[in-house]
Amino acid sequence: MSTGSQRVTVGHASVRGPAVPGSLAVEVEDLVKRYPKAPVDSLAGVSFQVERGEVFGFLGPNGAGKSTTIGILTTRIRPTGGRAVVAGVDVAGDPVGARRVLGVVPQQNNLDRSLSVRQNLVYHAGYHGVPRAARNQLADALLEQFGLADRPDGRPDDFSGGQIQRMMIARALMHAPSVLFLDEPSTGLDPAARLFLWEKVAELKAAGTTVVITTHDMDEAATLSDRVAIIDHGTLLALDTPQRLVRSMHGERTLDCTVEPGATGDAASLALALAGLAGVRVVDQLDDPAGSGWRFRIDVDGEAAPFVAPVATVVADAGARLTDVRLGEPNLEDVFIELTGRALR
Amino acid sequence: MSAGPEPGVVAADVGTTPALGPVAHWGPWRTGLAILRRDLFVTGREFPIFLAQVILQPLFLLFVFGKVLTELGYARAGYQEVLFPGLVALAAVLTGLQSTALPLVIEFSYSNEIEDRLLAPLPVGAVAVEKVVFAAMRGFVAAAVMFPIGVWILGSVPWRASTGVAVVVLMVLGSMLGAAMGLILGTFVPPHRINVTFALVLTPLIFTGCSQYPWPSLDQLRWFQVVAALNPMTYVSEGLRGLMVPYVPHIATWACFVVGATYLVVLMAIGMYGFNRRALS
Repeated sequence: MSTGSQRVTVGHASVRGPAVPGSLAVEVEDLVKRYPKAPVDSLAGVSFQVERGEVFGFLGPNGAGKSTTIGILTTRIRPTGGRAVVAGVDVAGDPVGARRVLGVVPQQNNLDRSLSVRQNLVYHAGYHGVPRAARNQLADALLEQFGLADRPDGRPDDFSGGQIQRMMIARALMHAPSVLFLDEPSTGLDPAARLFLWEKVAELKAAGTTVVITTHDMDEAATLSDRVAIIDHGTLLALDTPQRLVRSMHGERTLDCTVEPGATGDAASLALALAGLAGVRVVDQLDDPAGSGWRFRIDVDGEAAPFVAPVATVVADAGARLTDVRLGEPNLEDVFIELTGRALR
Repeated sequence: MSAGPEPGVVAADVGTTPALGPVAHWGPWRTGLAILRRDLFVTGREFPIFLAQVILQPLFLLFVFGKVLTELGYARAGYQEVLFPGLVALAAVLTGLQSTALPLVIEFSYSNEIEDRLLAPLPVGAVAVEKVVFAAMRGFVAAAVMFPIGVWILGSVPWRASTGVAVVVLMVLGSMLGAAMGLILGTFVPPHRINVTFALVLTPLIFTGCSQYPWPSLDQLRWFQVVAALNPMTYVSEGLRGLMVPYVPHIATWACFVVGATYLVVLMAIGMYGFNRRALS
């Protein structure tokens, strides 16, 4: 295996691993894990596939089975049943081969505290058989790309959480993994560090690296992932693009409008006119605590956004002025609540 | 080179050198050696500290028991010859043990440092073997530096060229025995218990390992002789005594090798089981 052409772009330090047979980066079939003495399965038959070059998000509360799944895929946890294949390598059958093609960024700092930042990268590459000259070249490029080039000789203990996170990603990229696993990467990061991380994940995707990411952050899952798997109690509840997951929701799409009344006309006749628009189901007049105008909640079929223009036209025709519109659309959080019956945090 | 010289872009086919990315035929052995190289690099950088750490205790034992007590007349003149091989054994076993036990406890709990090695392309058991090999190297160095120290403090040490190779082999065996015991401690003892465990294990280990007295002379104190026979270190002390000062009563040298090697196999098996249990779930 691991033949085929491999290209590493140093200027951008994008890394493409060994050729993966077929188009699947991760294949999981009926994966089961029961820990010794546990009363129930931590994973109760999970199946999914990750395409090459995809960013795949695992969303679920703590204890849902995300980390167990990642643990199995990264060879640290032995499955009780089922099959898991990473970049064409069966992780249970050939863990050593699997470790060659995958990279892991763990939740907790596991950098080598006896080594400098640069040495952490270089030695990691050494474990994975990257030739010496290439190690140094790649380490410098990745340190540059991850904004760590100014203190390459510092010890990891002297850096912030965000910088530690970046070091661990840079280290994981040193051996050009086909699939990169990020376990709860933004937990404990400040907003700036989180944005930097998101940017880097987008760059990796653009460079063709497959990224599997676990998170309990809805924004992160929706922003980063091409597809999201929602997992709870060891079972996969849903798997689709964030947009389609949201669209599949039965919840209401609404427009909350505030209208400044004109010289003529009244609220009731405007409500009637709005209710006459195609696709509008119900129009409710709401109390306006500020007392500056009329407020309506309009329930619509399909998505809410296309209704903004027609609503504005109807309001203008009635001689009034639309001053505020809020779209009420279900988000990933609503999907999650509907599927699991509880909020994520 | 296959690709044209685009600026900032280096393209290479796997198998041609220099390639960016892992070479295709990289075996687990080479990964193991790379990890060993890392450990040697870190220790080498702090070699004087390492030496001070491992030498101090045997040095004081040698000085007080071998020099002070004999000069004051509390110990017989030949005692230093009994003591020296025992202290070489003690240095090998204890340094080996401490070089696996403490790092493993820390790396498995507080620092998680070991994860990067567990995720390297080599079998999990090989990571444990590397730990033991590296710890045994430290143990061997600690035992070896006892010789110049012995010459310095005692004036001479009982080294015989004819048994030199066997002495070296037994020093290696002793270091490995210590490292294997450390592997067991480091993987079975929970982190919050490591201090008390060290106190409870190290002191009996030091004083029942026949490093300060020959085992056959314990026949006056039968129960203690039995206890000493259970300590793996006894066979290192006694074996070295047989090779270095054969006129002092000792357990037959061949028996020391056989029992020591058997202990090593058993301790390694237990230690590997403990390591696998911690490394995989």
